[in-house]
Amino acid sequence: MANRVVSVNPHVYAPETTTTIMRDVIIALCPAVVASVLFFGVRSLLVEAVCVIVAVLCEWGFEKICKRPVTIGDLSAVVTGLLLALNLPVTIPLWQAAFGALVAIVVVKQLFGGIGMNFANPAITARIVMLVAFGANMTHWAPAAFSGAPADAVTAATPLSIIAGINGVSAGTNTVADLPSLLDMFLGARGGSLGETSCLALLLGGVYLIARKVITWHTPVAFIGTVLVLTALLGQQPLYQVMAGGLFIGAFFMATDYTTSPPTPAGKLIFGVGCGLITVCIRVWGNYPEGVSFSILLMNILNPYICQWTRTKPFGGVKA
Amino acid sequence: MFKGKLHGVHPPHMKNTAGNRPTRMPVPPMITVPMSMNIGAPAKPVVKPGDEVKVGQLIAEAGGFMSAPIYSGVSGKVKRLDEILSSNGRFDTAIVIESDGLQTEYEGLEKPVITDQKSFVDAVRACGVIGLGGAGFPTSVKLNVDPDRVHHIIINGAECEPYITSDTRTMIDNASRIINGAQLLQKYYTADNIIIGIEDNKPECITIMKEAGRGVPGFEVAELPALYPQGGEKVLIYNTTGEIVPEGKLPIDVGCIVINCTTLAVIAKYIETGMPLVEKVITVDGSAVANPQNLIVPVGTPIKDVLDYVGLKAEPRKVLYGGPMMGISVPNLDAPVMKNTNAILAFAEKEAADPTPTACIRCGRCVAHCPFHLMPLEIERAYNERDGAALKALKVNLCMECGCCSYGCPARRPLVQINKLAKGVLNKYNAELKEAEEKKKAKEAARKEAGVNG
Ligand code: SF4
Ligand code: SF4
Repeated sequence: MANRVVSVNPHVYAPETTTTIMRDVIIALCPAVVASVLFFGVRSLLVEAVCVIVAVLCEWGFEKICKRPVTIGDLSAVVTGLLLALNLPVTIPLWQAAFGALVAIVVVKQLFGGIGMNFANPAITARIVMLVAFGANMTHWAPAAFSGAPADAVTAATPLSIIAGINGVSAGTNTVADLPSLLDMFLGARGGSLGETSCLALLLGGVYLIARKVITWHTPVAFIGTVLVLTALLGQQPLYQVMAGGLFIGAFFMATDYTTSPPTPAGKLIFGVGCGLITVCIRVWGNYPEGVSFSILLMNILNPYICQWTRTKPFGGVKA
Repeated sequence: MFKGKLHGVHPPHMKNTAGNRPTRMPVPPMITVPMSMNIGAPAKPVVKPGDEVKVGQLIAEAGGFMSAPIYSGVSGKVKRLDEILSSNGRFDTAIVIESDGLQTEYEGLEKPVITDQKSFVDAVRACGVIGLGGAGFPTSVKLNVDPDRVHHIIINGAECEPYITSDTRTMIDNASRIINGAQLLQKYYTADNIIIGIEDNKPECITIMKEAGRGVPGFEVAELPALYPQGGEKVLIYNTTGEIVPEGKLPIDVGCIVINCTTLAVIAKYIETGMPLVEKVITVDGSAVANPQNLIVPVGTPIKDVLDYVGLKAEPRKVLYGGPMMGISVPNLDAPVMKNTNAILAFAEKEAADPTPTACIRCGRCVAHCPFHLMPLEIERAYNERDGAALKALKVNLCMECGCCSYGCPARRPLVQINKLAKGVLNKYNAELKEAEEKKKAKEAARKEAGVNG
């Protein structure tokens, strides 16, 4: 008689797997990829391709060397590479982009044990490393197409650096008149990283992820909501603040990273509010015009504690 | 206090056989009746090889308070008493009876005389019934409580496992029996209400039960969402009455008795006719089964005979007692249909293959799906560290092994299995704690004594 499978229940599973989830994230990032090409040209695709390919190769290579099971099939390295690329300026030298992908996969992810084990978001951490290592290249913003910037301009200010100039935090002679229109902000015709400028594209992706139940609303709503309310209270052009910088991509795609954020709704709310607070502090009082990456990294570090505080209360549980 | 909703999952219903009225399968040539079908003590055989038995005749008496008697489902001759390996991995005695194919009823069948609650409980005990929803808890033990403590009687019609429709058929085909049973319960327990919980994916059952129960004092039909596992005892109690059964307590401690609808119908049948529990309606389905259907078979019928009768269209690579969420996989098709078997599912290679687990990505789905708001991902971490204190804090002891967490895990972590093992670690930890405490007490007592003497 054929040997029969004997296993513990359940004997059926929901269709989602790690791979289908990562595939959904990639699908959700597609509008942002299209926007990047639209506003920053075809070189965007090159940067994205380099980051994705290097990320996948590093994951494969590292796992081979360490004789671990190869997990590139779960597509998580593709997601990391793509997210990193979307957080880089279009003019970034390709070898620097490749270096960033290597840092993300090898240093931040694999050295901590691979998928599910890293404490910090690989793409964010790699971006911060690059910011420190290649400061000039990382803050060189080419003007976006359709943004009304002079065609021969080689650099453009980002809305946040303009606001920083207005606030007198950084040197600059900008005035409110230099800010792009709110519509341009929403569509993405402004200076910034490849994938962060188009709020519309990111919103589409975010809604898709929520509809597919890949993420819940808690983190993005708490994150964006906190920035909105705080900047309004501080008189800081809240609508600009919300749409500017990497807030949307951070709130929908980076702060929602499973491994580095809490699993419970309460934890997600705390995480989102914390990210929002830190972002506003950095933007308003800090030396950097942008604070989304730092805020998420800081909250990643606090994540184990948030997880501890926000454990669920078991149904019918009695205190010992 | 806990507020809010209990979570769950939506496995495909697959109730392919809901419209299929159960038919009687031809009598199998041989039945094997295990003595350990209920939770508690095994029954004690009262027949020996060579004895003639008839349908409804006692073949094993209850082996204690927490036990139930067993009656023959066929007429024929006792062949032998066997040692069989049961699906829970323990050895068990079984009575093997060769059927004469005549199904002659035992002439000694008598309707029980019921005058009060005590004689009612005695009848339930004599009828041999145990929790037929799957748990196998002797029903008479559940009903042997002070009637003043009972506020809600809840009839479980929430057949939430995919595929299985045997309770559905009881409600459709035997509604009057369920209602008769309900009236008896009402008579001897005078509860505030008697609620039958049915999920809204069984509109026919809801209509029929509403119609049948009209005029019964306190009778209500609770329409529940078709969210697995509505039929879990604590889930059903909470969703029909709002009561929460605390850790370490029983439903009766919050004034509730839960009884499966088929169990109740069997009790009513016994009281009406004197025929105890000897046969079961089972759903036979799954991707390897050619003609999914509901069958009436004697308790003890080998699974092999059942599958042969319905026909297979593929090699059955995995065969289950019960549904795909909580069912037990059976290695050996000689294993019999038991009292609490409500389905035999046979799956072909594709559905049978065990998924390969990958690393936990900490997505939180297991937490979001757990009806009891447990944290399987943290339980797994604590289990890997064999951390008894953490497992205690995480309350793994509350896990009902419903399977929701594993079902929705994208990494296919074997969370139910881990929870089972973690319960073992926790028990050991608790035992050690107790031992340490006792030692401490003994030491202190000794010291005191020494102090007094010195
Ligand atoms: S559902 Fe699976 S992958 Fe997700 S947190 Fe739970 S155990 Fe980890
Ligand atoms: S098996 Fe246990 S931990 Fe998993 S969902 Fe069910 S009750 Fe929760």
